[in-house]
Amino acid sequence: MQITIDEAKCCGAGQCVLVAPEVFDQRDEDGIVVLLDATPDAGQHAAVREAATICPAAAIQVRE
Amino acid sequence: MTTTAPLPPLPARPPSGCPFDPPEGLARLRLEEPLSKVALDNGGWAWLATRYADVRAILGDTRFSSDTSAPGYPVSGMTGGSPRPGATRGFIRMDPPEHTRLRRMVTRDFMVKRVEALRPTLQRLTDELCDAMERVDRSEHPVDLVQALALPLPSLAISLLLGVPYEDHDTFQRLTGTLLSRDLTEDQREPARVELLAYINQLVNAKKAAPGDDIISRLVTEQYARGELTHEDLVAFAVLLLVAGHETTANMIGLSALSLMLDQETAGRLREDPSLVRGAVEELLRFHSIIRNGPRRAALADVEVGGQLIRRGEGVIVAVPSANRDEDTFPDADRLDIGRPNAQHHVAFGYGIHQCLGQALARAELQVVITTLLRRFPGMRPAVPVEEIPFRTDMVVYGCHALPVTW
Ligand code: HEM
Ligand code: SF4
Repeated sequence: MQITIDEAKCCGAGQCVLVAPEVFDQRDEDGIVVLLDATPDAGQHAAVREAATICPAAAIQVRE
Repeated sequence: MTTTAPLPPLPARPPSGCPFDPPEGLARLRLEEPLSKVALDNGGWAWLATRYADVRAILGDTRFSSDTSAPGYPVSGMTGGSPRPGATRGFIRMDPPEHTRLRRMVTRDFMVKRVEALRPTLQRLTDELCDAMERVDRSEHPVDLVQALALPLPSLAISLLLGVPYEDHDTFQRLTGTLLSRDLTEDQREPARVELLAYINQLVNAKKAAPGDDIISRLVTEQYARGELTHEDLVAFAVLLLVAGHETTANMIGLSALSLMLDQETAGRLREDPSLVRGAVEELLRFHSIIRNGPRRAALADVEVGGQLIRRGEGVIVAVPSANRDEDTFPDADRLDIGRPNAQHHVAFGYGIHQCLGQALARAELQVVITTLLRRFPGMRPAVPVEEIPFRTDMVVYGCHALPVTW
């Protein structure tokens, strides 16, 4: 799994952080998404897919 | 328009029977006419989207504008009436790039880890309000949970974030409470609105003179000092953060508490295993869907949604309560099921770039309140028959005007 994020789209709603806190964080200065792990191991895959689904700004792309 | 029969208004009343059911007529529209036309008070009309997929498509598409001055924007019947021309709107009524610029100035204050750090404070505030409730002599009259807890908690929380001084909390609560009271006509509400605006104006001036550790002060010392914000922008920020978070969270607290009092089995499960509360709050947000007359948008281009062409310049109203009861997404949607695996897919906070900025805060407040009430007041119940509870069928945010309880 390969994750990319689009900072320009992110609206900082933080849904991804709720769902997959080991993969996503929010930047201290402006709350914009920070990718902690672009290639997480299998245990995280379901959570990452869920994060991409609920991200309101479609800022998370997942390639598998 | 070629339609001859008069259009129906936006459905607003829950069907007789269950006060937790979405407004009457939405279920039929969702099945038969997922994009229908509704009449507005001012003689105009707007599209009404009732299906989950269409609602997400509309809110996720920036060709649908949030700018109330965009041609076709359905302003009629909105909170506080049509925005006055020239009044500074908050970023909730703006489009990118201005929306993005302003929202990003305050995103960090509402991000998940900031709110987590606030949790002990939210717990303390909740406990203090519960202490006060316990001290009331209930032999005279029951406690109104709306006045005692639902309204003050979100008001205190946002006061803290905005840096409202402690000695002003009473004034602040009185003003915000008046704005939400149903005992006033629109005309009578106006003085309260003017007074609140004057108060916020004075608060912003106080922060300019002596900045503290709060959102307004930071906007003053950073963005305002650099000329990125005007004084009016600062006031608009404070008003938006206050207004958007108060009535909504307060009504979610009231409805959530009531539905758990009436569903002892679910309450029991939650009491036994408080770790279920996160999922429970998502499900309560989905189930109650308190936003009853929006979000609203205006089409900036011709866009096809669910097979229906929406033309540039036409207005759209999105029915959150209907989308959140769409069986295609939420099987057995009319049941409150705190173990529902996809409850968090709800659109109770909207969707797209305007999705609720305060959602982490609202979630934390609800989680704290529900857990605390279940723990401290296991016997809490409505003090009047449910039929006698005044529901806010007359307001844009659904909930209870009052919720008399005893225990
Ligand atoms: C349960 C409580 C709440 C509900 C149901 C709720 C619901 C919503 C919804 C549906 C929107 C989207 C409006 C649109 O798309 O036009 C929204 C936006 C917003 N909410 Fe909330 N809200 C809640 C609590 C809060 C709190 C606690 C705050 C902050 C103190 C807050 C601040 C905002 C702001 C600033 C926006 C505008 C965001 C933007 O336009 O980018 N809300 N809310
Ligand atoms: S869910 Fe999407 S919009 Fe929200 S913080 Fe994560 S990436 Fe940004």
